[in-house]
Amino acid sequence: MHAPVAAAALAEAERATRAADRARRTGAIVTHAILILGVALFALPIWIVLMGSTHDAATVSRGEVPLLPGSEGLANYLTAWGEGSAKTTRAPVSAMMLNSFVMALLITFGKIAISLTSAYAVVFFRFPGRMIAFWSIFITLMLPVEVRIFPTFKVVSDLGLVNTYAGLIVPLIASATATLLFRQFFLTIPDELVEAAKMDGAGPMRFFKDVVLPLSTTNMAALFVIMFVYGWNQYLWPLLITTTGDVETIVIGIVRMLGSEADTDWHIVMATTVMALIPPVAVVILMQRWFVKGLVESEK
Amino acid sequence: MATLTVEGVRKDFAGTHVLHGIDLAVGEGEMIVIVGASGCGKTTLLRIVAGLETASAGRILIDGADVTRLEPKDRDIAMVFQNYALYPHMSVFDNMAYGLKIRGLPKAEIAQRVQQAADLLGLGALLARRPRQLSGGQRQRVAMGRAIVREPKLFLFDEPLSNLDAKLRVQMRAEIKRLQRRLGVTSLYVTHDQVEAMTLGDRLVVMHQGRAEQVATPMEVWSRPANTFVAGFIGAPAMNFLAATLAPGGEAAVLKAGPTIPFIDGRRPLPDGTALTIGIRPEHLVAASDGALALKVDLVEPLGAEALVHGLLPSGEEMTVRMSGSSPLPGAILPLSVPPLNVHVFEAESGRRMDGLHEFRKVQPAASVAKQAADR
Repeated sequence: MHAPVAAAALAEAERATRAADRARRTGAIVTHAILILGVALFALPIWIVLMGSTHDAATVSRGEVPLLPGSEGLANYLTAWGEGSAKTTRAPVSAMMLNSFVMALLITFGKIAISLTSAYAVVFFRFPGRMIAFWSIFITLMLPVEVRIFPTFKVVSDLGLVNTYAGLIVPLIASATATLLFRQFFLTIPDELVEAAKMDGAGPMRFFKDVVLPLSTTNMAALFVIMFVYGWNQYLWPLLITTTGDVETIVIGIVRMLGSEADTDWHIVMATTVMALIPPVAVVILMQRWFVKGLVESEK
Repeated sequence: MATLTVEGVRKDFAGTHVLHGIDLAVGEGEMIVIVGASGCGKTTLLRIVAGLETASAGRILIDGADVTRLEPKDRDIAMVFQNYALYPHMSVFDNMAYGLKIRGLPKAEIAQRVQQAADLLGLGALLARRPRQLSGGQRQRVAMGRAIVREPKLFLFDEPLSNLDAKLRVQMRAEIKRLQRRLGVTSLYVTHDQVEAMTLGDRLVVMHQGRAEQVATPMEVWSRPANTFVAGFIGAPAMNFLAATLAPGGEAAVLKAGPTIPFIDGRRPLPDGTALTIGIRPEHLVAASDGALALKVDLVEPLGAEALVHGLLPSGEEMTVRMSGSSPLPGAILPLSVPPLNVHVFEAESGRRMDGLHEFRKVQPAASVAKQAADR
């Protein structure tokens, strides 16, 4: 009696296994299909820009969307780098890249320096108005840049700083986010460490230099990445404050290159776009290890 | 080496009194252990001495000089913290050298002092490591090394062993004691662990709710506790307390549990019938077939060489006995006798110790009495 029952059960099990395998395969296909669609959605525009930058002016103007590399790549990049778009701005990309680079770097260092010191003051010292100072920094987090952009513009133009690096950079340096991040990190530094330093005879500046700064390096690296990309991508403020090509940034430059449909050197615009992508991508890739470390762990 | 004097130190935090006027005189090279339950103010006292907190009233004198208003760095003291507080980004060498660097000592001397301390503590091979690459015991040693290289007038220890496992704690305890003897630096050591207190201290300060209940040598604290708090705090398992009244004439105590215990160290000069608390340590009770106390055994905890027997007396009071040899079974009635020599008499109302008029029972070793006299 036992054998046939066992055989039926075996067949049943076999069938169930096969069904499960099939279901798994279908699942895998569906998830991959969605994944590929997602990747294509993100990657395709970049691919088109990359390919477009290697064709001559006529190809893109005709309305073709090139998906394969053309032959004009080197020429396009050299033209963009040295001369810019002949039809519109005529400012060379190299100059705009330099402006962007200087702006992004100075904003980044400025932000880190200011927020590091203000967080240090808020966390490690007891003084009247400490909480007021902290909250007024914190509240600016809630105000979008656009809200305070016209008062800021008024102040900067009254100071005669329009079309200068100072006018471009200084208003962007204050950072509630970075201050908050450093504050949170400083709060994890144990009180005993502060007290041990006091017993060792370290004053506040000494403690800052010898203990707080070295412990904050990973956080600084993480902020460097975020802030550099933030600084590089600034659009609204540079748009207001730069009216000539002298301090024009690359992001603004790309927009100004776009004239009317017929007047646009699409091949140059696309080459410029690719070049504008490179520095932030490089920073992220180079500092990725530090970036992740700084956001995930606090060294204790 | 230096002396430390604490004069009437009080501390209030927003209306709560944490310390109610502490007086303490620490002699040169002496090791004082401040012991008490958590929240008794012992750490606050230590931090006030360190200068990490300010006293609400009173003075701190080091070598006779008033340091009450000085910053920690100007007091010439070193402190070992409970969680070691090593600088995580510095090597062992730099951790130890940091205080010297700030004081601007020449490099050669720093290197020499650190090397010396490292040799003393067996850290020689670890100087290049970071704190996180060290075990708990090694970190503890680095923290001590950091204190030693400074060659301070005063060492402060804030529960330095409580983060270590039991075995290491015993080992480090002996090491600290040896080191303190060898360096002869006046030390203040805070702990909640009475074994640490008993073994390390030349004298103990037993603290309770912001007051120093007793300041005496470990043996005196153990054999002549000043009040019921100290009696119950020092000694494990804790002393048994039994309610009693003073017999007419003041020559004996009548226990609520039955028997009368004669005072062999003399009469207590109190009115007849005064409520008393009689203290007997678990190790002093003797099982005897003619014992007058009948303990109904309810739990037996074997410890190997001996056993702790917990039970109830006919009066409803709990009692613990430490017995070597065979122990009774739960439920049995264990007759116990009380050796009159080992009875502590306290006034029930105030909890204060009442000594007999003869006081021949002072068991304090002669040597420590002499030392104490020399310290003062």
